[in-house]
Amino acid sequence: MNPQSPLKVDRDTRTVERIISVLLRAGVILSLLVVVSGTVVSFIHHPAYLTNGKDLRTLTTPGHALPDTLAEVWSGLLAGRGQSIVVAGLLLLIATPVLRVAVSIVAFLVEKDRLFALITAIVLALLLLSFFLGKAGG
Amino acid sequence: MSPLVFTLDVFGASIVAGGAGSILGLGGGIIVIPVLTLLFHVDIRYAIGASIVSVIATSSGAAAAYVREHLANMRVAMFLELGTTTGALTGAFLAGILSGRALYIIFSLVLGYSALAMFRKRHGESGLDVPPDRLADRLRLHAQYYDEQSGEVVTYRVTHTGVGLVLMYIAGVVSGLLGIGSGSLKVPAMDLAMRLPIKVSSATSNFMIGVTAAASAGVYFARGDIDPFIAAPVAAGVLVGAIAGSRILGKLKNSAIRTAFVIVLVWICIQMMWKGLHG
Repeated sequence: MNPQSPLKVDRDTRTVERIISVLLRAGVILSLLVVVSGTVVSFIHHPAYLTNGKDLRTLTTPGHALPDTLAEVWSGLLAGRGQSIVVAGLLLLIATPVLRVAVSIVAFLVEKDRLFALITAIVLALLLLSFFLGKAGG
Repeated sequence: MSPLVFTLDVFGASIVAGGAGSILGLGGGIIVIPVLTLLFHVDIRYAIGASIVSVIATSSGAAAAYVREHLANMRVAMFLELGTTTGALTGAFLAGILSGRALYIIFSLVLGYSALAMFRKRHGESGLDVPPDRLADRLRLHAQYYDEQSGEVVTYRVTHTGVGLVLMYIAGVVSGLLGIGSGSLKVPAMDLAMRLPIKVSSATSNFMIGVTAAASAGVYFARGDIDPFIAAPVAAGVLVGAIAGSRILGKLKNSAIRTAFVIVLVWICIQMMWKGLHG
């Protein structure tokens, strides 16, 4: 909140906004840190990436193995693989807006705004539904 | 080019994409996809995967500031997300039934019309001078924000909330079907139908696009379209750009944002028409 801001906002709304703002910032900073450290780890494990141009084609063309299931990402994380650390950071980034919707439900309930808590709960349900339908179809 | 140079170059380009996207309420895909495919010869599959990551990064990177400064109208966003998420689900079911090429042409025409209508509104914002809307009153959508550029508190009223919801449903269907264009349809819908100030439309669209993109990101991840080597510099660059862009939006002139948005709309309109006509 801008300290000199002359806006009239009631205290409950301000609480909701602060919670959401802090959550978004935390999600963003955390995923940024994880993605950047994963990239650094990748370069440390593969010093050839710093100079060798041939590796780039392999990395940007389909056909090479990617960690694309949660189990692979997890085992890669335990093994300290740079790519898996990056993917974990990207998943944190993807989860941030979903978490934002979930936290908003609680925030609206605290504010005793039942209508908006309901609206937000429906949005979360639809979001999770599309997530699972998409996975089944994809 | 070594992988290191690639990473640094893509990081730099993504800062620009995140900055532009956060100011215009778009995901930055219109910058990220052509840069990756044309300049760096990245496969289109990975470019699209990276652009989904870019949309979420733009949204979350800018949203913290927009919520704090009241530029994003959270109540409007949460209500309209009912439309976009339902639309995205419908779009997923319709995929394969509707012809992609016809859709690109329709999408292009809609964007062309929006560009023209938004250009004609360039002489001023509506503020309080809008038709009354009982749904907006009931949902308590009216709000105010502090405009850093003019140094004034801008109070505005929201109108045609029902129309806005229907338009968001359509925007959701389109992004579910084509995987694009959620911001380019959301901003005109809020600007033209609901008559929000342009900064509020842009910031609110920004707030919403992350949710729409997160819904489809799971699919792209499971399909193996998100290549960490490409998506990492995109995500990091876009986040940095969006955080910077969100600090600039409030300081810009309304007319400048509007003009930039119209130019981008015309550009996407031409791209989509090309795709529709040439496949």
